[in-house]
Amino acid sequence: MVPVIEAKKLSHAYDKRNILKEVSLSLDRGDALALIGPNGSGKTTLLRLLDLLERPYSGRIYFNGDDVTRSGRRRLHARRRMALVHQKPIVFNMNVFNNVACGLKFRHVDRKIVHRKVERILELVDMSDYRNRDARMLSGGEMQRVAIARALVTRPEVLFLDEPTANLDPASVSKVEDILARIISRGKTAVLMTTHDMAQGQRVARKIGVLINGEILQIGSPGDIFFAPVSKRVAEFVGVENILPGTIVSKENDLAIVNINGVEVQVITDLAQSENVHVMIRPEDITFARTRDASSARNVFQGVINRIIPLGPLTRIEVDCGISLLGVVTTRSASEMELKTGSNLYASFKATAIHVIKRG
Amino acid sequence: MDDLWGAFVQAIHLIVSRDPDVMDIAWRSLWIAAASTAICVVVCLPLGSLIHFNRFRGKHLLLSLLQTLFSMPTVVVGLFVYIMVSHSGPLGMLNLVFTPTAMVIGQTILIIPMMLGLVISAFSGVDKAVMETATSLGANRLQAYTVNIKEAKFPMMTAVAMGFGRAISEVGASMIIGGNIVGYTMTLTTGINRYIQMGDLEQAFALGVILMFMALLINIAIYLLQKRRQYVWFPS
Repeated sequence: MVPVIEAKKLSHAYDKRNILKEVSLSLDRGDALALIGPNGSGKTTLLRLLDLLERPYSGRIYFNGDDVTRSGRRRLHARRRMALVHQKPIVFNMNVFNNVACGLKFRHVDRKIVHRKVERILELVDMSDYRNRDARMLSGGEMQRVAIARALVTRPEVLFLDEPTANLDPASVSKVEDILARIISRGKTAVLMTTHDMAQGQRVARKIGVLINGEILQIGSPGDIFFAPVSKRVAEFVGVENILPGTIVSKENDLAIVNINGVEVQVITDLAQSENVHVMIRPEDITFARTRDASSARNVFQGVINRIIPLGPLTRIEVDCGISLLGVVTTRSASEMELKTGSNLYASFKATAIHVIKRG
Repeated sequence: MDDLWGAFVQAIHLIVSRDPDVMDIAWRSLWIAAASTAICVVVCLPLGSLIHFNRFRGKHLLLSLLQTLFSMPTVVVGLFVYIMVSHSGPLGMLNLVFTPTAMVIGQTILIIPMMLGLVISAFSGVDKAVMETATSLGANRLQAYTVNIKEAKFPMMTAVAMGFGRAISEVGASMIIGGNIVGYTMTLTTGINRYIQMGDLEQAFALGVILMFMALLINIAIYLLQKRRQYVWFPS
């Protein structure tokens, strides 16, 4: 099957500053990919290039197999089969109905059909009662829904969303996510969205891409991205806070022992002995106890609490066990265990909870 | 003072009784200015779109030039058009000198810079994202320009009103190009000039009152339009 949209080695620069570096990706109908990445990583630029609002500095874009990188007429034709919802959507100075009808009018759709389609889509986004309201007077969440309706009404084959919930309150966020989930479940549209909210990426999309500094460093399932990041940069971005450099000192089947700064940690890996590695442990995978016998994990270390940082219902603790480990406990259990800076503590984690990658 | 008051009363009488000469002059002024304004709109909307939405060398220079031409002396335009259409001029064979058509040409040239400047400034008051949003919704260039024009409709209408105001109140160009021929090219402004020279203050006053009344209407329109939307006077 030909992908509905495909980018091959897209590069772009503004004022000689590289924004995108040889980005390649492709989406089939029904795919949903969430691009996550820090601010300024090139997410918006990538969407604008793919929606054909701008021409890339180099690289190719294919829409249903057609090269639409340059030719003006083909670009308009392809653009009319895609839609982009901007991060801060602007609505036109007209009522909600006419705003939503815009795309259809540009395509010279018959007036009666316009009416029917707009009404149906307003219902989908739960805005039917607003049809005659001045769109400029709507709240942020309502405007976002109008913008999504305006994009959906043309039945795009590809839907791009740039941080669709960045400026919304929690209630509006879940409304927008519901709408997106419905569109994705229909399987007719390829959805590519950007977000800096990793959890949202996981809630809405089946695949996640990590875009950092203009490069896609990893594309995979949420599980892959969060638990098996391919590089230190990805790991840091997706919240793996314990990234420890070490060397594999022995190996038996899959079970290896990594020496980290004198401390020996047991891990599961297929990397070979004497390999230099990064050992990655998510803070949530470390359990803490006041006594040793509580844990069945292979790795149990005694340490001293260096720092306690309360974060509402959770508390972060930094424990020095020869290696410095960051973990979280619920604030309730922190007070039950009477955790204090300087007090002794056992940190434990399973060999399977550790992700190991090559270093250097 | 009594003379003045008498002239004023007479003038009102001429207007109220719809004196044929006065009405004829007023009507001619109105349609010549309206025709010039209409031509300007047809020229300035697309041209203004092209200038505003495209980057090119010398754009800033062009914008400053336009601003300078806002206050182009009417007699200079009159002289220029006169030279063009006079019998020995390059357009002499069209026999346009001392015709209303030539006056329309003159007024059009006179108000184009101002209207173009105001149209561009109206565009610059529109959020840049409008263009991009329209494009991403599938608009072609023309459709995207149209969306922008609609977004700026109040400042656009102000531009039209101000253009019309300058056209109908201008005297120098009409005088030189039209020749102030009674019943053919005499307008409100050139008429006032003529009647004063002839000592017919009532007639001059009547035309003046009509002109003031028109100016008042235009200003009310501009005021109402500007109240509807704040906009940038000119891009910096």
